[in-house]
Amino acid sequence: MLKVETLTKSFGGVTAVSDVTFEVTKGTIHAVIGPNGAGKTTLFNLITGVYTPSSGSIRFEGQEIGGEAPEKLAALGMSRTFQNLQISMNLSAIENVMTGAHLGLNSSVVAGLLGLASFGGREKATRIRAAEAMEFVGCGAYIGAEARSMPYGALKRLEIARALMANPRILFLDEPAAGLNHTETHEIEDLIAQLGKTGVTVVLVEHDMKLVMNVSDRIVVLDYGKKLAEGTPAEIRVNPDVVAAYLGAESEGV
Amino acid sequence: MNDASTSSILGRASPETAAAALATAPSLATRHAPTLVLVAVLAVLPLVLPNAFYFDVVIRIMANAVLAIALNLLIGYCGQISLGHAGFFGLGAYGSAILTTHYDWKAPVALVVSAAVVGVLAWIVARVILRLKGHYLAMATLGLGIIVTIVLTNESSLTGGPDGMAVGDLSVFGIRLYGERVWYPVFAGLLVVAILVAGNLVESPAGRALRALHGSEVAARVVGIDTASFKTRVFVLSAVVAAIMGSLTAHYLGFITPQVASFHKSVELVTMVVVGGMASIWGSVFGAALLSLLPDLLAHFEGFETVIFGVILVATMIFLPRGIVPSLLRLIRREG
Ligand SMILES: Nc1ncnc2c1ncn2[C@@H]1O[C@H](COP(=O)(O)OP(=O)(O)O)[C@@H](O)[C@H]1O
Ligand SMILES: [Mg+2]
Repeated sequence: MLKVETLTKSFGGVTAVSDVTFEVTKGTIHAVIGPNGAGKTTLFNLITGVYTPSSGSIRFEGQEIGGEAPEKLAALGMSRTFQNLQISMNLSAIENVMTGAHLGLNSSVVAGLLGLASFGGREKATRIRAAEAMEFVGCGAYIGAEARSMPYGALKRLEIARALMANPRILFLDEPAAGLNHTETHEIEDLIAQLGKTGVTVVLVEHDMKLVMNVSDRIVVLDYGKKLAEGTPAEIRVNPDVVAAYLGAESEGV
Repeated sequence: MNDASTSSILGRASPETAAAALATAPSLATRHAPTLVLVAVLAVLPLVLPNAFYFDVVIRIMANAVLAIALNLLIGYCGQISLGHAGFFGLGAYGSAILTTHYDWKAPVALVVSAAVVGVLAWIVARVILRLKGHYLAMATLGLGIIVTIVLTNESSLTGGPDGMAVGDLSVFGIRLYGERVWYPVFAGLLVVAILVAGNLVESPAGRALRALHGSEVAARVVGIDTASFKTRVFVLSAVVAAIMGSLTAHYLGFITPQVASFHKSVELVTMVVVGGMASIWGSVFGAALLSLLPDLLAHFEGFETVIFGVILVATMIFLPRGIVPSLLRLIRREG
C-alpha cells in the first residue's frame, strides 16, 4: 500500500532521514521506533506532504506522491495526528473533529455566505458523527467543551477523533501516548488495536515499547535518520543492533 | 466500498450521543437575536435623528461596519492582514466616478464592472503573494494601496487629481438615490445583509475551515483544507466588498478625493477590526461605530486625533487583546 524507497531529507547540514526504504502492507499496524531525533516525525512529514523529500520516492497504492501537498494526500485517504498537538484552540472541541470531515462537505464560500452549505442535513450528520468519534476515542466527556479548556490527554485523543472523521485508508499516529499516564497509555493501546481490527492501515511512532510490541505487526527502527532494522516485534526484540542502540541511548531496554 | 476503512466504527450514534452533538450547534435564536435588535434600532433611528448631519454620521458608521465585517473575515478568520483595503475602496469609488462621468456608463453597470476588476486584481495579488509565508500580504497590500493613491492623485485628467472629482447620483430601477434620508435604508439594509451572510459563512463548513486554518495551518492542510485557496477566496471577497462600498459611498458623497484610498483610511479599517474584536462580527460593528464617531468626539482635541487613535489601539491590544466585544462577552459569560 505504501512504499518508501531511498527516502532522504536534509535540513541544511542535518540529514534527518537518510536513504530509508520500507513498505507498509495494507491492513497492518506498522510501528516506527527510534531514539529522539532519529527522524521519525520527519519521515511522517515527508509521507504526509508537510515536507518535500530531498531525494527518494514515496509511492501510495502505486502512485508517486513525494512532494505532493498535504491537502491532496488527504483526498487520497491519508490521515494523521501530530506529536506536538495541532489543535485549533479558537474552535470548540467538536468543531475541531468536524474539520476532519472537510472533504466530504460543501466548502464553497458562496454557499456558505448564502447559508446553503448546511442544507440536506450533511452538516448535522457530521456533527453527530464527530460526537461519536469523540466517544470512540474516549473523550466523549468533552463533546460540549471548548478545545482550549481541555486537558492534554483529551486533546491527544481529539486529534485521533479528527483523523478518523475522513474514513482514512491509512492513519499515521505520531506518539499518541506521549505524556500520558499508565492507564491512559493502556487505553490508547486498546484503541489502536481496535482501529487495526477495522482494517485501516496504521503507521505508528511511539516510545512506549510495551505498546509497540503489543499492537504492531511490523516494526521499522530508525537511528540517526537511517534504517537500523526492520521485522516483526519478536525479531526486533532480539535484534543485536537494536538492543545495542537502545541500551546505548536509553536504559529502558526493549 | 469494500476498502478497509474506519467507517465501520462510526455511523451508529446512540440517541444520547446525537442529542449531545446537536446541542453543540448554535441555535438560530441565539444567532439571530442580536440582528433583530439591530433591525429594530435601525428602523426607529430615522424617527429620532434630528437632522441630516446625524443621518450622515449613522450612514458612515454603517458603511464602515460593512467594510470592517468583510475585512474581519480576512484578518480575524484567515489571520491575514491587508494594509491596503482603502485602495480597493478607492478603486471602486473612482471606477464608478470615472466610468459614469467620463464614459457615460450607467451607474449600476459601472459599480459591477469596478467590483469585478477589483476582484480580478485581488485574485492575482493573492495568487502571487499567498504562496509565500509570513506577512507578505500586508506588505503587498500596503504597496498596492500606496500605488492606487499615487495614480489617483497623478492621473488628474481622469480623476481631477488631489482636488478630487464630482460623482453623479445612482439610480436603480428608476429610483434616484439622493440625500441622506434616501441612502439611509440602503446602507442599513446592506449592514443587516452583511451581518447575516458573514454569520452564515462563519458557521458553514467553509467558515469552519477558515477558523481551523487560523488555529493550525498544518492540521487544516492534512484534513484536506486547501488553505491557500481559502485565503485567496476570502481576500477577493473582502476586496470586492470594499470596491462595492467604495462605489456606493462615492455616489452617496457626490464628491471624492484620493483621500478615500489613503493609507490612513486603510489603517482606520484595520483598527476598527482589531479594537472591536478579531473574529467577531459584532466586534466589527462596534469598532466601526467607535472609530467613526471618534473624530467628532475628539473635535476639541484638534491635531491630537491621530495620537488618541493610537492610544486607543495600543490600550486595546494591551488590556483587551481579543478586542472589546469578545472581551465583554467573556466577562458576561463568566459572571452569568
Ligand atoms: N524543520 C526542521 N528544520 C531543521 N531541522 C529539523 C526540522 N525538523 C526536524 N529537524 C531535525 O531533524 C532531526 C530529526 O528530527 P525528528 O524527525 O523530529 O526526530 P524524531 O521524531 O525521531 O524525534 C533532528 O535532528 C531535528 O533537529
Ligand atoms: Mg518526533
